Amino acid sequence: MSKGNGDGKVYVGNVDVAAKKARKLLLGKLKLGKLVDWGTAFSLWPVHLTTSCCGCEFAAAWSPRYDNEQHGALPWVGSRQTNMILIEGTVTRKMACALRVVWEQMPQPKFAIAMGACALDGGIFYNSYNIVRPWEVVPVDIYIPGCPPRPEAVARAIIELQRKIRREGLASKFVEEGWRPDKEYVKPKEDLCAWWKG
Amino acid sequence: MSIDELADMVRNLLAEYVVNVEVGKDLVHVEVKEENVIEAAKRMKEAGFDHVKDVTAIDYPKEGIIKIIYHLSSYSKKELSRYVVGLGYSIPRDKNSVPSLYGVWTSADFQEREVYEGFGIVFEGHPDLRPLLLAPTVAELKPLRKDFIVKEEPIFKK
Amino acid sequence: MSARISGISGKVGFNDLKQLPGFWTRKLGKDLYEVFIGPQHPGSGHMRIIIRVDGDVIVEADPDMGYVHRTMEKLGEGREWIKGIPLYERMAIHDACNVTLPYVEAVEKLLGIEPPLRAKYLRVLLCEINRIAAFLYGFGIFGVFVGHSTMYMWPFGDREVWVELADWLTGARLTHSYPIFGGVRRDAPEGFTDSLRKAIRYMRKRLEEYRKIYVDNPVIRARLEDVGVIPRNLAIELGITGPNLRASGVEYDVRYNAPYEVYDELDFEIPVFQEGDSLARVWQRVEEIKQSLHILEQVADWLDKHKGEQIMHDRFWKTAPPLYKKVFQETGRVKLVPVFALLKVPKGKAYARAETARGEISYYVESNGANKPYRVRIVSASARNAIVFKYILPGHRVMDLPTIYGSIDYFPPEGDR
Repeated sequence: MSKGNGDGKVYVGNVDVAAKKARKLLLGKLKLGKLVDWGTAFSLWPVHLTTSCCGCEFAAAWSPRYDNEQHGALPWVGSRQTNMILIEGTVTRKMACALRVVWEQMPQPKFAIAMGACALDGGIFYNSYNIVRPWEVVPVDIYIPGCPPRPEAVARAIIELQRKIRREGLASKFVEEGWRPDKEYVKPKEDLCAWWKG
Repeated sequence: MSIDELADMVRNLLAEYVVNVEVGKDLVHVEVKEENVIEAAKRMKEAGFDHVKDVTAIDYPKEGIIKIIYHLSSYSKKELSRYVVGLGYSIPRDKNSVPSLYGVWTSADFQEREVYEGFGIVFEGHPDLRPLLLAPTVAELKPLRKDFIVKEEPIFKK
Repeated sequence: MSARISGISGKVGFNDLKQLPGFWTRKLGKDLYEVFIGPQHPGSGHMRIIIRVDGDVIVEADPDMGYVHRTMEKLGEGREWIKGIPLYERMAIHDACNVTLPYVEAVEKLLGIEPPLRAKYLRVLLCEINRIAAFLYGFGIFGVFVGHSTMYMWPFGDREVWVELADWLTGARLTHSYPIFGGVRRDAPEGFTDSLRKAIRYMRKRLEEYRKIYVDNPVIRARLEDVGVIPRNLAIELGITGPNLRASGVEYDVRYNAPYEVYDELDFEIPVFQEGDSLARVWQRVEEIKQSLHILEQVADWLDKHKGEQIMHDRFWKTAPPLYKKVFQETGRVKLVPVFALLKVPKGKAYARAETARGEISYYVESNGANKPYRVRIVSASARNAIVFKYILPGHRVMDLPTIYGSIDYFPPEGDR
């Protein structure tokens, strides 16, 4: 449909180009992008995948005392309806497969927070033969140090992520470009689910 | 019942099977031969040791043996529940099949699977012997044997 | 053919159990579906249960554990004795004192030392605080499982009371590393026992409200009653442990049957229920919280009477430099004496167990005289309770699975180690 007839004239408009121009106009000049970023920042819903023992503090972070729901974050059950993943601690070889599958299922734009020393670089289990580093599995936006981090630290990470989204316009850039320009696509070096033969 | 009385009781119970009895604090360790272990286990169960607390194996590369130990205790008899009895036997390191005690104690089900994945020891007669915790690809390494070494970082760099 | 008792039929007399709802199921080749539950699911996560269903009825369940298996047994072999405490603590960080205590006890047995009496009381103090916090955690997760949001919010709010007390006592919310070889790391701060008594009074009031909103709630009762029945002989045969065992009518509690620390000097009861269903398991935990509160009252009284006593065994304490003793005098904090770094434990084997919130945990420790353990075998309560899923789930409907899972109070990081 976007082909010319050879003499330089185009009879049918290039829909892709037109759409891109419209997107740029709407998101760039009309400040609609700000709205997208604002909306995304205050609806960061972490998926209910608890990878390890930091889940205790993850649960406490949404308890009445710390109440992270006030930041617009609510742990949700289905991976298809969430846009954030909070990796709680160690990721074992078996869990790496599940983590990647859940990550692939989540709709874009999506974000990852790695919680705890184990998620940084193995922590106390740095030499275990059964763990992988989370950043080999998913692209991580924010790291929270601590073993385990206090619930306040989880709240801080969520607020930092909100700031990052609004400052760098991550969500609107995704709508504009179709991918996250600031993060490289992480492709696991090995097949994480190779062990599964069922 | 004191720990010495318990040791005597176990000694009398397993009479001809006993190779060695060690009495520690709160623990009686009985060594039997591999071919007698099922018979010994049946006698122990009849005497009231109704569940397995843990099944473990210990690798001794210098002696060239692996020890398999079933730690037993009782829920139904209060005087036995005070102590733990270890029923153990040794096998050569290169031997990798031993009789399963699943038929005697159902509680050994998952525990034997764990020993299987860590040491690569096959429990003959176990109906569902698969790795329990590890992925099959990792279990092939037999990680709990002493010749599988995990690298440790020292506190001070040399 | 009954799928429910496959593998153990013929060994245990089950004739009296055939009348139970859903006990007999048909196992069919066709119309048999495999459902994967987890590791990403709304409850506690960490674990997959593969069930095969005939219509809505589970005919076979295969718990697929190991999603949090961090190989602690192997890592422990390569680290010094003292480093084992923070390492094994990561099994159940919200029940940290109970989980590491038997390791410390086993090493103390090998060393042949006994901690001072005040240290023992302080250990019991933190154990019971941890136990209550862990039960409340379990209630909260159970609330998520059965879709009762209030039951998530209330226990998690009340749990903070106990977490805060533990924080005050040890300096960490969850990972306390409180018991060390020959004693404890810190003395109770000034005014601690008064706050503890206040917390006990508060908790007693709250338990009554839990009963109204949750345990006696007709909607919840309809889901829990007669679901997931574990009969007494099956509970013994499967070797399950903790409140689940006692809810099935077995009188067994390590604190009572093989007392450790000062539990033989304290006055408390072991509640036992005969029903063995999910509701009984919930009630069991409520009753155990009451007993823990009773124990804590006695411990608080004792601690008030014996202020300023030593909390570290002489063997280690006399190696401490004067500065350390000054720090202890001023802050009540024991700094780890350097001798722990190269501690060599005499050759031998020891077995120690303790009653954690979820049941019995046992450590088999073997030393060859070096500064590292030769073998540490840990079997935690959840590791022993996991077998329940395989033998109890068949015969129930899929909607009963969250109820049974929640009432067993299975905690995967503890089970996988």
